[in-house]
Amino acid sequence: MERIPILQMGEFLLVTIQVDMHDRLAMTLQDDLTNRIIQAHARGVLIDISALEMVDSFIGRILGNIAKMSQILDAETVVVGMQPAVAITLVELGLSLTGIRTALNVEKGMAHLRRSLAATPRESIDGYAED
Amino acid sequence: MNLSGNSQIPEILKNSQAQLLTEWLSELMAAGIRKDLLKETVLREECKEFLDLLAEAVQKGNLTDIQAPEWRGMREMLSSISRSRTQKGFSPSETAIFVFSLKQPLFNRLRAELGQDSAILLDEIWAVTMLLDRLGLWTTEIYQKVREEVIMRQQEELLELSTPVVKLWEGILALPIIGTLDSARTQIVMESLLQKIVETGSEVAIIDITGVPTVDTLTAQHLLKTVTAARLMGADCILSGIRPQIAQTIVYLGVDLADIVTKASLADAFLLALKRTGATITRPQPRL
Amino acid sequence: MVMQRTETLNIQSSADIVLVRQAVRQLAVELRLSLVDQTKIVTAASELARNTLDYGGGGTVKLEVLSEGSRSGLRLTFEDTGPGIPDIDLALKDGFTTGNGLGMGLGGTKRLVNDFNIVSRVGEGTCITITKWK
Repeated sequence: MERIPILQMGEFLLVTIQVDMHDRLAMTLQDDLTNRIIQAHARGVLIDISALEMVDSFIGRILGNIAKMSQILDAETVVVGMQPAVAITLVELGLSLTGIRTALNVEKGMAHLRRSLAATPRESIDGYAED
Repeated sequence: MNLSGNSQIPEILKNSQAQLLTEWLSELMAAGIRKDLLKETVLREECKEFLDLLAEAVQKGNLTDIQAPEWRGMREMLSSISRSRTQKGFSPSETAIFVFSLKQPLFNRLRAELGQDSAILLDEIWAVTMLLDRLGLWTTEIYQKVREEVIMRQQEELLELSTPVVKLWEGILALPIIGTLDSARTQIVMESLLQKIVETGSEVAIIDITGVPTVDTLTAQHLLKTVTAARLMGADCILSGIRPQIAQTIVYLGVDLADIVTKASLADAFLLALKRTGATITRPQPRL
Repeated sequence: MVMQRTETLNIQSSADIVLVRQAVRQLAVELRLSLVDQTKIVTAASELARNTLDYGGGGTVKLEVLSEGSRSGLRLTFEDTGPGIPDIDLALKDGFTTGNGLGMGLGGTKRLVNDFNIVSRVGEGTCITITKWK
């Protein structure tokens, strides 16, 4: 089955959405990410939507779900690369996507995640503080 | 009309092209066609093409409806001539005369061929007059269209020029708005700001409205939408230059600026933006 | 007004929603709508197609390229024979806040287009027509 690939980069997961997702693909992504966050002990998730030419309320919901689920699993989500036309349309549509952190690009999103993690270090599995 | 009731113009056009061409050209020369703007060889080619297309179009027997498909080639050719002449600086009359000056040569031909029967001659002359009038008017319509296109393009360029997005510093953009913001202008402003944010990777954009005399509900809403869109993309906006009157208007209108940061002056906004992007400003200590 | 071209698509599955988006995008590009306008009409189409599927039990969308005088436009007509909408005014209110699925988002969709027309009868079905002019 078609899936959107999830890249692991240290403590972060990077997802690049490049296709016009149909519903099942989006929901599979949601599931895959949840599993991967746990598997990889990920602290951050970067979703790159710079190739998405349209975000409707369904995709907005999926992004919101991913952000909430990650948070429950102690990871932070950043959505990066939203195109201006998409942003303008979302505002007009009334979708504010509150609760979802955004950044202009992967680089900036990554920088934000690092700053965030530095501020809230996680204890290691054996209970000792991380270096 | 010949005996079967059809116009004889198609025949005449087919048989007398060379003569028509010569007479037409001398008419045009006499009318003073702009030699400075148009070479004679080009003019001759245009006339020949016109006559060819005319002969072809009238074959179907339709001499009245120039919007019909058989007249398409002629319409396109006249459009093209009209466009190029408009751009060269010809007046609409000068362009239309191109068509109208064919009347006399055609009348001469008709008189020569049909001189005997004045009733038929009159009918044919009338048909020719109507046809050439329509074709000539077509060129003026195209002239109008071309001018409108130029005006629209100039308007667009003016709009772009009047709201430039300026890079103040690494990661900091400024959009000084001057004049009133109507719906159309705000949209263009919004799109160009967001585009620049992406292009420069700027996380802070200062929208300065010192030069905006009044703000109505619609304008305020548009500004709000711009800020929200920028935030969605991952950038923050600071609103600066809000005059006391505008501040009052915003309160009276009940517009909720929500959590948009506002600063009185562009300078204050710039300072805040610098701090946001992690910069510090130091002044070298004077040496004692 | 002259209708230059029409095309009707079925909306019976979520895969169809993608097809509708692609068809609308193609027409919007042909009509040379600005990028923002293209995005708006494609998003509106996606919203309404999804509504047709989720609330209308499936239906059709008719895509028409219009030419009225000097302006041209794109008209989409979504039709279903579903349960219908009992309170249209309520449906047009902004029910979407953080995309948590409240309401049908018709109010938001209406803002994305120039003309918006809705006819719905309980027990018979719904017909929504939207137009985006160039």
